Amino acid sequence: MNDAPPPGGPAADRPDIQAGRLDAEALGRNFADAHPPLDRSTAVIESNRCYFCYDAPCVEACPTGIDIPAFIRSIATGNVTGAATTILDANIFGGMCARVCPVEELCEEACVRNTHEDKPVVIGALQRHATDHLFAAGHQPFARAPASGRRVAVVGGGPAGLACAHRLAVLGHAVTVFEAREKAGGLNEYGIAAYKAVDGFAQRELAFILAVGGIELRTGQALGRDLQLSDLRRDFDAVFLAIGQAGVRALGVEGEDMAGVLNAVDTIAALRQSADLAALPVGRRVVVIGGGNTAIDIATQTKLLGAEDVTIVYRRGPDQMSATDKEQAWAQTHGVRIKFWAQPRRLIGWPTGGGGGFAVKEVVFEYTRLDEDGRLVATGDTVSLLADQVFKAVGQVFVPDGLGTGAGDVLELAGERIAVNADRQTSVADVFAGGDCIAGADLTVQAVEDGKQAANAIHRRLSG
Amino acid sequence: MADLTNDFIGIRSPNPFWLASAPPTDKAYNVERAFRAGWGGVVWKTLGEDPPIVNTTSRYGAVAYNGTRVAGFNNIELISDRPLAVNLQEIKQVKRDWPDRAIVVSLMVPCQEENWRAILGLVEDTGADGIELNFGCPHGMSERGMGSAVGQVPDYVEMVARWCKQATRMPVIVKLTPNITDILQPARAAKRGGADAVSLINTIQSVVSIDLDQMCPEPVVDGQGTHGGYCGPAVKPIALRMVGEIARDPDCAGMAISGIGGVSTWREAAEFIALGAGNVQVCTAAMTHGFKIVEDMIGGLGNWMDAKGYPATEAFHRAAVPRFVHWEDLNINHKTVARIDQASCIQCGKCYIACEDTSHQSIAALRDDSGQRRYEIKEEECVGCNLCQHVCPVDDCIEMVAVETDLGYANWQTHPNNPMRKEAAE
Repeated sequence: MNDAPPPGGPAADRPDIQAGRLDAEALGRNFADAHPPLDRSTAVIESNRCYFCYDAPCVEACPTGIDIPAFIRSIATGNVTGAATTILDANIFGGMCARVCPVEELCEEACVRNTHEDKPVVIGALQRHATDHLFAAGHQPFARAPASGRRVAVVGGGPAGLACAHRLAVLGHAVTVFEAREKAGGLNEYGIAAYKAVDGFAQRELAFILAVGGIELRTGQALGRDLQLSDLRRDFDAVFLAIGQAGVRALGVEGEDMAGVLNAVDTIAALRQSADLAALPVGRRVVVIGGGNTAIDIATQTKLLGAEDVTIVYRRGPDQMSATDKEQAWAQTHGVRIKFWAQPRRLIGWPTGGGGGFAVKEVVFEYTRLDEDGRLVATGDTVSLLADQVFKAVGQVFVPDGLGTGAGDVLELAGERIAVNADRQTSVADVFAGGDCIAGADLTVQAVEDGKQAANAIHRRLSG
Repeated sequence: MADLTNDFIGIRSPNPFWLASAPPTDKAYNVERAFRAGWGGVVWKTLGEDPPIVNTTSRYGAVAYNGTRVAGFNNIELISDRPLAVNLQEIKQVKRDWPDRAIVVSLMVPCQEENWRAILGLVEDTGADGIELNFGCPHGMSERGMGSAVGQVPDYVEMVARWCKQATRMPVIVKLTPNITDILQPARAAKRGGADAVSLINTIQSVVSIDLDQMCPEPVVDGQGTHGGYCGPAVKPIALRMVGEIARDPDCAGMAISGIGGVSTWREAAEFIALGAGNVQVCTAAMTHGFKIVEDMIGGLGNWMDAKGYPATEAFHRAAVPRFVHWEDLNINHKTVARIDQASCIQCGKCYIACEDTSHQSIAALRDDSGQRRYEIKEEECVGCNLCQHVCPVDDCIEMVAVETDLGYANWQTHPNNPMRKEAAE
């Protein structure tokens, strides 16, 4: 994994950012499936470790409430198609969730096997085993109910929007999904580290979801630019907003606009869309600022692209990091250094060309600590890290564009996101919302649950 | 270390672990490997008359349970398919080279006295320690009037045993088939015929599985299947019961028993010996893991005996026999209830759902204020069946605790609900 570039002579007066730090073979190895699938016999052994708990804690820990003991038992008995159907009934993105869920904080953390063994049943890997089997067989377990004649607009083709669309389609409604980008899939397509979803899995899963029928996908349609909520309310019986968080939080320090300072999410997306990883420019020394999975993903991927030194700097400690222990360990074992308790103060650059521009050269951090009241305070002590590239990964923000409702209704926000009730219904009765544009855990599996619950509520409303 | 040397009807071996008559004892090569590994003795794979029988391919089926291979094992192999003279020569050579190990020769010939006399003389010349009459094989040979076809007719068992005892100085072991309603009938017949011992169980007639693609019983032999003989860990309880039946039968008193059936570790061996076996014979475990398993059998049995203070196997031989009683002798006033050790409980709920769905609704599924699961026994409802203890995945988490009563001992024989009760003596 750790294919260090040859010690090289970067010119002393400009950043060292190059494509092709590693050859195709090394890149192929580095970006291969992070967790290769279980073979059949291992899956049987693992599935037989499941106690088939009554009222199982793992089910309660799953935001989508997958009947985990039931699907695992089906794997053990050889009814792998049945296992996949159980999963997909509760979570149509069961395939992707098997790859990206932080199971160590959800189902696998709840597994009763942890009590004495500290070794849960590998629920995520088993879920992948089952769903891979179904996709490989090309089996379609869903059939649509008779057409209801009702039409629903879904804005956003990510996990929340597509989960909602799929369930509505199965229930007989006609769904139109408006997606701002070129491809649907949302963060599954643009926001997940490449080695977590190899072989075009996000698009294969999308194709599976659309194959049920009744879902029209319209890409390149952004709310606020190409669409307005008020128009959708006029043209459809209900609207589901799953527009995510389109904005990137700024560092708010001097120099963050200089060259070489990038949004981690943009580079992660570019990496996922790249047909040739060797063509991606990557810095020799990379500094990532942030503490979530985005920070982990950009840091690990730049390291695997051939960066020599990659450091994540987070202003709090390992326990406060939203990236799980497992994610932190993943980055660290791939050669990423994580530096805690420091926050950026300013960026220092090289002059570029003659136009007065700068390219980043160094980031100055100030150490932090918690005071007696548990508040984060700066210590005054600083440290500098050399950096050819700096990635900002301090969070995304909801952008409320195009949300004018018309007709005097007001779409209320809760804090920085859209306010919803338990049915994911907004303050506007025919408008629902879910995924990262509402409050709650920013997880694929939570987005899927939002979409599912909203679809059920919309169905009740349209059937009433 | 405890003394594991074994004297079984005068046949001495350094330990009570013999390999049963089966493929592992088919020829000198295997047997010598077994002896080098430490096995105390072998029963050489059954000799028959020439020309040798012919075997099929495949020969084995197996039950994998919850990912564990060969939880049960099934074979359709017959007796030795090698010429008699080759077997006899090899037996003679191995016995000469390994004088401290037991070599018993399994035999199966047609039910005529002269056939038995003829082969007994040949076996005696090898120096073998004894013979085992294969009255157990339940497939192939039984259709030719041998094996279990003999074992299922007590008169034949007695007759052949008597012929053999009269014709040879060698000790005679009669191997019994479990494919019979009452194991005591052939066992008593063997005793009447003068047999020194019985060995049991031979395999149980079985169809191990169906290949659902070929729609054919397994093992599949060119598109067809047949019943075979079942053995391995799955059959141990059946074998143990039959051994115990014979051990406690007054009519069988004095006749030794060689325990066979699912012995895979020292622990099963200890159980068989405690319930009346003088030694044990092993096959499936060796076929699954190789001969090396005998090391732990020897070490494990010795360590257990040391821990228990048993200097030799005789010290616990038959120790469980007096406690193996008929149901009507059990104390029906004895009462236990389950108790859950909350400290080791992992909150899987298996005890709850087993009791709630299938037993006596004696376990409460509770949640504490923090939402934590908690399972509690409703002692007033608990009948002490101990299903919960068996389904609990945690060792010693559920304990069956005796409840004091002032009822004393009572059994079904004198119970008022028994219309056939015996009146208590005045």
